[in-house]
Order: sequence, then structure tokens, then C-alpha cells
Amino acid sequence: MTPDRALREMSDRAGGRDGPRAGQLAVAALRRTWSDPPGFMGMLEAIDHKTIARRFIIATLVFFLLGGLLALLMRVQLARPQAHLVGPEAYNQLFTMHGSTMMFLFAVPVMQAVAAYLVPLMVGARSIAFPRLNAFAYWIFVMGGAFLYLSFALGAGPNVGWFAYVPLSSSDYAPGKGADIWAQMITFTELASLLQAIVLITTILKMRAPGMRLDQMPLFVWATLVTQFMVLFAMPAVMIGSSSLILDRLVGTHFFNPARGGDVLLWQHLFWFFGHPEVYLIFIPPLGFISSIVSTFSRRPIFGYRAMVLALIATAFLAFSLWVHHMFATNLPEIGKSFFTAASLAIAVPSAVQIFCWIATLWNGRLDLKSPLYFVLAFFVILVLGGLTGVMLGSVPLDLQVHDTYFVVAHLHYVLLGGGVFPLFGAFYFWFPKLSGRMLSEAAGKLHFWLFFVGFNLTFFPMHLLGLHGMQRRIWTYPAGLGWDGMNLAATVGAFLIALSALVFILNVVFSLRHGAVARANPWGAGTLEWSMPSPPPPHNFDAIPVVHGADPLWSPPGQPAFVGGLATQAREVLATTAFEARPDSRPLFPSPTAWPFWSAVATTVLFVGSVFSPWAVVWASLPLAVALICWFWPKPRETSRSVALEQRP
Amino acid sequence: MPLPGLHAPTVWAHRVTWALLAACASDAAAGQGALDPAGVQAARIHSLWQLTVWVCIAVFTLVLLALMMALVRATRRARRESSEPARGERHEPGATRVVLIASLLSGAALAGLVALDVLTDRALSRLPVNDALHIEMVGAQWWWRTRYANDPDGPGFEVSSDLHVPVGRPVVVTLKSVDVIHSFWVPQLHGKKDMLPGRTTTIQFRADRAGSFRGECAEFCGLQHALMVFNITADPPERYAQWQALQASPASPPAQPDALRGQALFLARNCAQCHAVRGTPAGGTLGPDLTHVASRPTIAAGTVANRPDLLAAWIVQPQSLKAGATMPPSALEPEEVRLLVSYLETLK
Repeated sequence: MTPDRALREMSDRAGGRDGPRAGQLAVAALRRTWSDPPGFMGMLEAIDHKTIARRFIIATLVFFLLGGLLALLMRVQLARPQAHLVGPEAYNQLFTMHGSTMMFLFAVPVMQAVAAYLVPLMVGARSIAFPRLNAFAYWIFVMGGAFLYLSFALGAGPNVGWFAYVPLSSSDYAPGKGADIWAQMITFTELASLLQAIVLITTILKMRAPGMRLDQMPLFVWATLVTQFMVLFAMPAVMIGSSSLILDRLVGTHFFNPARGGDVLLWQHLFWFFGHPEVYLIFIPPLGFISSIVSTFSRRPIFGYRAMVLALIATAFLAFSLWVHHMFATNLPEIGKSFFTAASLAIAVPSAVQIFCWIATLWNGRLDLKSPLYFVLAFFVILVLGGLTGVMLGSVPLDLQVHDTYFVVAHLHYVLLGGGVFPLFGAFYFWFPKLSGRMLSEAAGKLHFWLFFVGFNLTFFPMHLLGLHGMQRRIWTYPAGLGWDGMNLAATVGAFLIALSALVFILNVVFSLRHGAVARANPWGAGTLEWSMPSPPPPHNFDAIPVVHGADPLWSPPGQPAFVGGLATQAREVLATTAFEARPDSRPLFPSPTAWPFWSAVATTVLFVGSVFSPWAVVWASLPLAVALICWFWPKPRETSRSVALEQRP
Repeated sequence: MPLPGLHAPTVWAHRVTWALLAACASDAAAGQGALDPAGVQAARIHSLWQLTVWVCIAVFTLVLLALMMALVRATRRARRESSEPARGERHEPGATRVVLIASLLSGAALAGLVALDVLTDRALSRLPVNDALHIEMVGAQWWWRTRYANDPDGPGFEVSSDLHVPVGRPVVVTLKSVDVIHSFWVPQLHGKKDMLPGRTTTIQFRADRAGSFRGECAEFCGLQHALMVFNITADPPERYAQWQALQASPASPPAQPDALRGQALFLARNCAQCHAVRGTPAGGTLGPDLTHVASRPTIAAGTVANRPDLLAAWIVQPQSLKAGATMPPSALEPEEVRLLVSYLETLK
């Protein structure tokens, strides 16, 4: 028997091959191969990126609602001067939990979760890269969030602010476990975030469909790529910060203790070196949503694709050079302040370029005004206003007046809701049919939009004036007679309108999941690959891997070849391509479902939670973690032989 | 009109916005904060603010106008033409030029704002301070210790949350903290400056008209961050001199028998361990100097009116007025409290 023949026999044993003409049997085999196992254990073993991302999105939305409820409680307390519905301790916990939830458990992870769902579909891949790592990151995130809320429910919630400035968060001024729990929650979410970044970057650079050059990727994929590189650089700063904090608190180091040579401003530098780029981790992915939605509903490719990509990259670079504008009120040298003012204002330019490009796209387009576009149009009103107040905050003299006042509260909500949450809801209405196979109700969507838009402005617009009138942030009560009462009441009324809009949204989702119109593959007539497969997508995403010939593959003239074939249908074989040109490169075999990522996450949780109570937990809890990780990576003979069988000589 | 469906809710939103602005305008009449400057620096910042606001309003209007025009145009076009995405259709070349010009203009406007910001910031730090009044303010959870330095006109002294400064004379405040980060902010006089443990910062300002200006801690500093307030009264120079002379003098011994018995209690009980009254053996330094406590309009870091009944309540149980206050409750008989208050009331 010649070696060639032996190899062919082995590969036949591994099953058939996919391709545009492979037939129904091959598709059924693909579906079987890529499905997650059934049952309860199957839930723990799931590694399909769509399953994981769906759970991830739901988890972040649950945290969003919880954070919103906390905000509602704060607004009730602040509706009237000198109210005593909640005391100072409870209020401080409320705003700490609200900020931490929204930043660490909602806004940053939800963008990664949506990307984990969409990116493989948009780039024409059967799976996300490192599917088990992806599942592990999800479990870590959920356990970290649950840990924080469990502590809060048990009365040990953190009360030092989502920024946990030292020395207020040191063991001298924050006894108890609140600040430790906050710091470990950071460790959980940052770990999850870093792993997700690796998974997404690898997917984007190595798993694009053949022919999808870098300059033909959908802008959302570009936005995700840029964001995930930012995560790699921003997150380590806060992990160093929170680890040093917890060492100060538990082991008695003195990183931040001025009495022993530490420095209180060091924390602020570390925190904001992460914290300001973090705003852009929340803001850049929605720029991708907006490009998808604007392009689809104006029936035109996006105007100025290259300018858009360069603007995203410029934003990412500049985002790392303006953290000090959070610290203008500390003692800083003048030349430093000027630099950070210039950088803070310069970052408005790439955002302006993108806004002009979207307006130009609409200008040339044929408008199809559907609910996703409503939320995007709100972006133009709200984000532009938030950006302009951001220009004010970048100015040292103006910042010295409005820093740490309700003006900043207004600004950050205009930026984060206008730049993050409104486009996110637009994206939800846009991609919900793809996720669920059902359309959301348009009428309910518009009602949701108007309640949210009016409620939002009623809540946050008066806060600009409150800040200018001297109302400082993070106060649990305020005296009457300072001219703050009416505006605070307006803000509280607005908050209830927002809550009502959220209720409309939830009802819309629940109702539409059961009774919504059945969604076709491409209900909006969009141009990118995720709309080429049925809604919801099959487990293997694509029956045959498409070959891409343009930026909007479903809109551009069909090119030849349209598909590639030859991947195994009985094994999780995927096509890896080159980073720039997306030429076919290799056919790695992806791992099968397993519960070990879940058990590894449990072991990691034991380690992180244990270390809040004893530093020795880092030592003894590493044993179960090591066992779980060894089991995760232990090669199984069946998989090895299959992998050998699939190997082909060049 | 184009855009059906946008119309009715827009009108409604407009009404809400106008009602909102009206409510805010009536509130604004209360006149406080950064929009009502009383010092040269706050005034500089205020003029920069006004200029920036107009630039921003212009930009905002232009962007929304462009967006509305684009929407109207795209709606009309959608009526006339097929909504099929045209394959390989190119955008109009004119649009490129407009986008380019708009981007360059934004860059230029921002560069102009940067220049103004930097110039204003430089001007703020160039207040001439030759004959300045020097004050040291120490932040603590949750009150202020204020030391007036020796001055050509008289010796130094210590007060708490009610400060006086002379109109027209620059003031240099040295800022410190004994525990966590606090921030000094009197919006009508200047922006804020942090009080950092382990570092010393300074802020300079000048009050240009007489009046009473609210100050507050602007950096979250724990449980009672909300109740850490102070007050700066700018007096004409003669009135300031009187106030200064009074504050620098030691306490005059009480005359009435009740007050005398109160003083004995003050010295015998725990009060004097934390509080000083100059001119008596009481020399505690943990709490505020009480030498002229009766001359102050407030207690508890500017948050409680200095009335005999509230002062008594504060002595019995500080937590009842300000949860978390570090002053311990006292186990005094009601009669003893009355005597103590009558003594404190003599400390004018």
C-alpha cells in the first residue's frame, strides 16, 4: 500500500468533505458535527460561539437592568432635598455598584459579547477562534458578576466608588470586605475581557473567508479589531492597580500609602490609563453598529470606508494620551496640562470625520426608516452633545469648575448612552432577527425609542445645569434653597420614563420571541455575510465557506469562485487564512465541546474569592485549578487519530 | 412634509424640552455657582465658558441641520427610485469635498479652542500675590481645619468652616489632607483643587465683590462627603479687619454663673481633650478650635445652623445630625448640656 493511498483511506475514515455541491448529507453531517451536546451537562459543555455569546449578551443585559434599578433608587433619593429614603452608607453602595456594574459588567463586556456572536458570521467562519477559551471567559465573567451581586445582597457591597480612589479604598478608611470584593471583581472581569480580546483578534486576523482582505472587512469587524487591541493595552493597567490595591489591603504592602513612601496619585494614573481608553472600548464598537445600520437603511455602501478605518485607529491611539484630563484638579505641571488638553480636543476630530461620513452616506442614500435607524439617529443628537461637553471637559479652566459635579454626570451619560447604549439598542433591533429567527415589533420599537429618548434627555440634560450651579457628584443628599430642587425632580421623572422604556423593550422581546413575524435570511436587505445564512444560523454557520470579492459581499456583483469546499464534515475542521490578504493558509482542527472550561472557571473563582479572605488561597486553590486545566488540555487518543487522519501532504 | 412618523413625537419632545428649559431657568434665578462669578478667576473661566458654549451651539446646530437635510433628501429619493442597493454605485464626488472641508474646519475650530484654553489657564495661574492673605486649610473626614497665618495686621488663628476674606486682596490657600483625598471648591471664586494626603497643593483666588460664597468638598471622601461644606464671606477690608482682630484674640472669660459652671464642665469632661479654647487650659487638637464658636453661623462643617438647641443636640449625639461624625456622644445630664451650651454661647 503506497503512503498516498493510506492517507486517502485515513481521510475517508474521517468522513466526507463540504463544498457548494456537497449536498444535503454533508450539510446534515456539518450540523451534527458542530452542534453542542444536549441536556444539562451539554449546557456546561457548550462551546458554540453563538450559544456562548447569546448567554453572554443576556447576562450583560441582566446586569444592565440591575444597574438601572440601582440608579432608579438613587434618583428617588435625590428627587427631593434632604430626603432620607436611603442613608449615606446605602447611597454610597448604590452609586458604587451602579458605576461598577455599568462599566465592568455591562458596557465593555456587552460589546465583546455581541462581537463574539457576530464576528465569525461576518467574516465567514464556522467558529470563533479558541472556542473553549471563549466559553471559559464567559463563565469567569458570569461568576465574577455573581460574586459582586451576592456580596452586595449580603450587605458587603463596596462603597468606595467605581473608581476606588486610594486612600479612601485602603484598609484604614474602608474596613470590611467591600473594597476587596470590588478589586477581585475587577480581576474577574478583566481576565474575561483579556481572553475575549485574544479570541476576537485571532478570529479576525486568521479566520476570515478567503478573499476578505483587511480593507474589505465590515466596519464593525474593524471596530472590534481596534477595540480588542485597546483592551490588550488598557486592561493590564487596571489589573496592576487593583492587584496592588488588594496587596496593600491584605498583605500590607504600601504602594499607595503616602506615610510609607507610597503615592495616592499613582492609583489615579493607573486607573485612568485604563479608565479613559475604557470609554472608547464602549464607544468604538457602536461606531461599527452605526456603520452597518446606516449603510443598510440608506441602501448604500458606507461613504469613505478608508477614512472611517483610519478614524477608528486614530481614536484608539489618541484614547491612550488623555487620561490625565481626569486629574486636572490635582497638582500638575502646566506643560503637561496643555498636552492633555490638546490631546483631549484632538480626539474629537476622528469622531467628527466619522459623523460627516455617515451624514454623507445618508445624503447619497435612499432612506428606509426602521426602528434600528431611530436609535442611530438619536446617536447623532446625544453623542454630538456629549462630545461637545467633552470638549469643555478637556479644557483645564472649564474642567476645574465642572470636574466632579453633575455636569460630568450629564456628560458621561450623554457619551456612554448616546455613544453606547442607543446604538446598542439599534444593533439589538437590527440583529435580533438573525439571533432569534423572529422580527421585533416595529411599533413597540418606536414607542421604546421615544420613551427612552425623551426620558434620557429629561434625566440628564438638567444635570449639566446642576453641575454649573455647584451640585457636586456622589452626594447622598443636598440642602433645599440652592436652586437644585426642580432640576433634580425633573431628572427623577426622566429616570422613570427610561425605566418604562426598558419595560416596553423587555415586553417587545418576550412577545416577539413567541409571536413575532418569522425572519428571512436577510430581512433588511443588508450587504454583509451574516445575512447570507438562514435566521437563526445553523450550528456550523455556513454550509460552504464563501469567497469574498468586495466590501459588501451580498451587494457586490457575484464573483467566481463563490465558495470553497473540502473541509471535513465529520470533524471540526476550519479554514485559516492569512492575516492581510485572507489567502487560504491551513486547516486546523478545532476542539470538541467539554465541561472543563466551566470547571476551570469554578476553580479560578474559588481562587479569586478565597484570596479576598486569605492570601494563602492563591497557593492552595491553584491545585484544583491546575487539575482542571490539565484535564482541559489532556490530548484524547480519538481526537489525535482523527487529526492525524485529516492531515494532508502538501 | 417628508419623514412621516417623526412628526408628532418630535413636537411632543419639543414641548417637553421647552417646559424643561423654563423650569431650569426659574431655578437658575437662584444664582449660585460657576455662572455667577464673584472673583477674577471665576470670571475668566466664565467668559471662556460663554465663548465655548456659543461655539458648541453653532457646531451642534450645523451637524443637526446637515443630518436633517440628508434625511429629507434620502427620503425623497427613496420615493422616486428603487430601494435596491445599487451594485458598485459610487458616491457623488462633491460629497468628498464637503466632508473634507467640514473635517478641516472642525480641526481648526478645535485648535482655536485649545489655544484659548491654554491662554486662560496661564492667566489663571498669574494672579499677583505679593500682599496675599495666607491661609492653610486641612481637610479631614468630614470637616475643615482652617489656619490663618501670621499677618502684618495681627497674629494667626484657627477657625473651621466659616472663613472670611477681604474683598480685593489675593488669597493663597495651602491645601492639605490628614486622611483621604478631599477637594476645595468655591465655584463663585475659582475652580477646584484637590487636597492630597502626602502632598501639599495651593490655590489662589481673589474675591472682587462682597458676599457669602458656598464652598464644598468636590472629591468623594467617604460616608458624609455630602455634608462637607464651608462658606467664604468676602468682607470690605475694614469689616474683615474687625473679624480678624476678633478671631485672633483669646476667648474672654465668662461672666454669668451658668456659663462659668459650663466652662468648668468643658474643662473637666472630655471636651477639652479634643477642642481648644484659646485663653483657657483647653488645648485639644483633634477637633475644631472653639475659641469663637459662637461667632460662626454653622457647625458640623457648614451643614447645621449654629443654634443653641442644635448645638445641644450635637453635643448629646452628633450622629443624630450627621451620621458617621467622629465626635463621640456624651453621657451628660440635660442640665449639664444646658450649662455647656450657655458657656459655648459666650464664645463670641
